[in-house]
Amino acid sequence: MASVSMAAEAAVPRTRRRWNAAASLALLPAAVIVLVVYLGCMVWTVRLSFSSSKLLPVLDWVGVRQYSRLFANERFLISVENIVLFGVLFIAGCLVLGFLLAVFIDQKVRSEAAFRTIFLYPYAMSFVVTGLAWQWFLNPTLGLQKIVRDLGFESFTFDWLVNQDMVVYTLVIAGVWHGSGLVMCILLAGLRGVDEDLWKAARIDGIPTWRVYLSIVLPLLGPMIVTAVVLLATSVVKLYDLVVAMTHGGPGIASEVPAKFVMDHFFERNNIGLATAAATMMLISVAAVLAPWVYARYIRPQGRRA
Amino acid sequence: MHSIRKILLATAFACTAPAFAATASAEELKAEVLHWWTSGGESAAVKVFADGFTDAGGEWIDTAIAGGQNARTAGINRIVGGNPPTAMQFNTGKQFDELVANGFLRSVEDVAAANNWRDALPPAIVKATNRDGQFYAVPVNIHGQNWLWYNTDVFSKAGLQPPKTFQDMIAAGPKLRESGFIPLAHGGQNWQDHLLFDAIVVAEAGQEIFAKVYGEVDTDAAKSPEFLKAVETFAALRGMTDEGSPGRNWNDATALVITGKAAMQLMGDWAKGEFIAAGLTPDKEYGCTVMPGGYVMGGDVFVFPKIDDAAQKTAQEKLAGLMLSPETQIAFNLKKGSVPVRLDIDVSAMDACAQTGVQTLKDPNNQVASINYIASPDLVGATRDVITQFWSTPSMTPEEFVEKFVSAMDSAS
Repeated sequence: MASVSMAAEAAVPRTRRRWNAAASLALLPAAVIVLVVYLGCMVWTVRLSFSSSKLLPVLDWVGVRQYSRLFANERFLISVENIVLFGVLFIAGCLVLGFLLAVFIDQKVRSEAAFRTIFLYPYAMSFVVTGLAWQWFLNPTLGLQKIVRDLGFESFTFDWLVNQDMVVYTLVIAGVWHGSGLVMCILLAGLRGVDEDLWKAARIDGIPTWRVYLSIVLPLLGPMIVTAVVLLATSVVKLYDLVVAMTHGGPGIASEVPAKFVMDHFFERNNIGLATAAATMMLISVAAVLAPWVYARYIRPQGRRA
Repeated sequence: MHSIRKILLATAFACTAPAFAATASAEELKAEVLHWWTSGGESAAVKVFADGFTDAGGEWIDTAIAGGQNARTAGINRIVGGNPPTAMQFNTGKQFDELVANGFLRSVEDVAAANNWRDALPPAIVKATNRDGQFYAVPVNIHGQNWLWYNTDVFSKAGLQPPKTFQDMIAAGPKLRESGFIPLAHGGQNWQDHLLFDAIVVAEAGQEIFAKVYGEVDTDAAKSPEFLKAVETFAALRGMTDEGSPGRNWNDATALVITGKAAMQLMGDWAKGEFIAAGLTPDKEYGCTVMPGGYVMGGDVFVFPKIDDAAQKTAQEKLAGLMLSPETQIAFNLKKGSVPVRLDIDVSAMDACAQTGVQTLKDPNNQVASINYIASPDLVGATRDVITQFWSTPSMTPEEFVEKFVSAMDSAS
């Protein structure tokens, strides 16, 4: 694939790249959608965050009042803390577990297809279903704790779901359960693409298998890992349904997340100004994370070429 | 003859609805009503309106959207977007303020004046449905929000009298716990925490302070010793729930009372439906008490978007009159579990709890406007975050709570 496209690029020198009417026309709808719907809505959102909009959007100007209210709001600050903690642990957990599962399946185990299906199955479920299932399982009076206690271990306690300090980790557990199958699939595809000769060479050199995975295979999987991280990161930013289904943001406000803050204020609390301010902060955070990567990946190489 | 023609017409319309939707209204009296009453009892209740309207020669188009928030969002989008339903549900109170202020809703003052609504309704409800001295919404029911539901069997087993005040509840706690019951069934979701808190404020700090805190956003009232006392009571109730309480749905908490695992629950009168569905009778297997301080009134209204079409206007007026007619009120509220919004009608057909409710409401001093009547959704939300945080954080002191509560009031004003 890669070599084909490179050959094609070589065949069309830069000077011959002219304006192609048909291609531009075909791209026009997509361009309009990107400009009007995505960028337009972004600009509109940012604009509204400087207004006093309540139930209906109004275009007055109140400066940064919504932002100062936002940063004085304890719930929003807790939300930000939670999403950072969740994001780091969720992505790390999915990558580690997904990689291990992929390596396990790569050992040419029997009934591989069955295992693959089982591991990927959670991903086929929505976050709402995942959240409800884990809510039942982790509920101290219904789930795991009750079962173990009924078995005779009276002092067994697993109350993370109702414990303000630990509830975020239950979200991580449910999230990792949900997402690691996807990582497994992506990385397994990568593992299958690793050249057999590399393995033979390593075996001749007498390198232990774990070392081959860690020092040779893992670096080869770089692009796959980036893909997995991007996919996981999007579900971190938009994390909402899992929280609503599993904890309602509670106990108290201990498991609130920014997307839920935006949704609650946008609709239930009729406060478009504050909601769009929070949405704008989410946009800025995403941009701040993406900017160095975009720079390193696209802007700097071009500059060097020129 | 006429009815056959109507059926034929209706069929014809149904077949060609997409093509004729825009022009059909002049011919027939049609009302599209948007609401969120989708559960069994609720849809039976809304059918009372639908049947009444059909009998009056209209055609009821039911647009039920599950979930109050979803329904309101969809309805508001349609009103603002220029494609409004004939009538739309809201909760009684300030949810539709901005729609009135921006001229999206029509006044139903003519219907109200013709039917003397002002004399028939409690003043707090008249206030919550009027803007600039005109009726902009038709209230259809009153949901009491400070009912205590208890299992009589549990209390007799523990050798206790059912509580009448919050202090009684706290006093009964240890004995109930010793007897192996959960003293207070509670669902730790923020609105349930808020419901309980408001009931305590009304009972212990009094109606006046309650109205000042939420209605006038008076921070001095929130700093008063009476308010602090209510906060302390609220804090004392924290220890009376069980481990599984956080995040629990209200009806799961009610089920704990029904099955005798828990002794009591503070919840609105919609909880009665659960007891009835379980085949229990009031004053026998379960009891209901209005907590002191008055009857905290919630409820629902219908509003009517401005529409130019003359037939639609007629339909709106018909609907408004119908919803508040005495017969419809009784039939509707029997199904809904709430009490009629008119206090001038005979309620002997209703169950014991509802009759207690109506009796309590007849004294104007007991008519307490709930938070949704008097506070903006923004203030409701801001205080709700503080209340739920306090309820779930035993280490937080009442003084700290008041401080956070006051700053929430400031931020939302």
